[in-house]
Amino acid sequence: MNVTIVDYQSGNISSVINSFTEVAKGKVNLEVTSDINKIKSSDKIVLPGQGSFKSCVDSLNNINGLAETLKEFAIINKKPLLGICVGLQMFADVGYEEAETKGLGWIAGKVSKIDNQNGKFKLPHIGWNEIEIQKESKIFKDIKNKSHMYFVHSYEFIPEDKSVISSTTDYSSKIVCSVERDNLFGTQFHPEKSDKIGLKIIDNFLKL
Amino acid sequence: MLKNRIIPCLDVKNGRVVKGINFVELKDAGDPVEQAKIYSDGGADEICFLDITASNENRETIIDIVKKTAKECFVPLTVGGGVRTIQNITDLLLAGADKVSINTAAVKDVGFVNEASKKFGSQCIVVAIDAKKVSNNKWEVFTHGGRNKTGIDVVEFAKQVETNGAGEILLTSMDRDGTKSGYDVELLKLITDNTNIPVIASGGVGTLDHFYDGIVNGGASAVLAASIFHYGEYKIKEAKEYLKSKNVSVRL
Repeated sequence: MNVTIVDYQSGNISSVINSFTEVAKGKVNLEVTSDINKIKSSDKIVLPGQGSFKSCVDSLNNINGLAETLKEFAIINKKPLLGICVGLQMFADVGYEEAETKGLGWIAGKVSKIDNQNGKFKLPHIGWNEIEIQKESKIFKDIKNKSHMYFVHSYEFIPEDKSVISSTTDYSSKIVCSVERDNLFGTQFHPEKSDKIGLKIIDNFLKL
Repeated sequence: MLKNRIIPCLDVKNGRVVKGINFVELKDAGDPVEQAKIYSDGGADEICFLDITASNENRETIIDIVKKTAKECFVPLTVGGGVRTIQNITDLLLAGADKVSINTAAVKDVGFVNEASKKFGSQCIVVAIDAKKVSNNKWEVFTHGGRNKTGIDVVEFAKQVETNGAGEILLTSMDRDGTKSGYDVELLKLITDNTNIPVIASGGVGTLDHFYDGIVNGGASAVLAASIFHYGEYKIKEAKEYLKSKNVSVRL
């Protein structure tokens, strides 16, 4: 099996590479690239994202044909794709970090700043929080409800269709922390930084 | 609910841990990678390396350690010490660090914090502030391990780094560092009340109750400690169980 981690100059993806390499060892052929042909021929795609919504969308659009290729892969051909952090957020129609920015539009909804109730809650939401599983998800196989995952973000994805939400977490409000529709997966938390339980999620994705 | 983090910090000099763990099961007491792994397996919420290497020629050594550690530890890794340029940050992140902590360079020019957070995102920029009490209810920013007085008020500086995009503040009390008499809770409270980003408490932990004080009375989101863990006095798990018994939420 060939799995591609999309490297589109979206900030620091070393941890994603390290964790996937650890889990994939001897089982999966892992590529880190933005090469359109390699992406097209892979079986699964990982779309990381760090920094702001705008900077990630801009970097992605800077690579000719990348957005279309990803759409064809995940939405038209419905092959497995996992978005992590801003990688997930970009599934939305629009984001409001830095400036109003058009997203990939794969799941209707928006990405806006977490309402921290006038400073009552610190932002970014950094650290370990429990996930509350909202629906059965293929990547949560053998993951217990209320497992701890590592978060670091100030913006949240608010999908229009709530049935895509596979887990939430409790902060200043219930924050969407993962989505699933067909073979499209996204986590707001960082499985690659979430210790053994995070590696299990990566393993689940690779075993799909 | 968001958990309060416990972060062990390892001081590294020329590639070796100088204040390290004294556990019997260690094969090599000076190997930072091995020690980070022990902490990570023991439930550390993050790992922090502080590079206290004096010379620039040895920057490669810390990069190499970060590379090796990042391949074995799958919790967030913060690296500080000598971070002065955008290139320093790029090198550390590429090696596998998740966050970098900026100290002197932020005091010299807070614009550097702005530039770094714009380029890499606030999530990976921690500003380390060393503070010392100068009079009643007044603390000043110091640099060079507490030797150099800057004349900058710590509250003003904390607000400035927040405005400039720091994701977190690592606040060390120079009065308490190494004393084992507890965090400077007054100082912590002052900073956590006046900023809206997470603050990591540092300097002075001697007992488990000091962690409780830092979190509950000081308002810290995370507590950092070195010697209390290094010398095997307490394991991270014990610290977490103690906090849990006092109704502080931790990841167990």
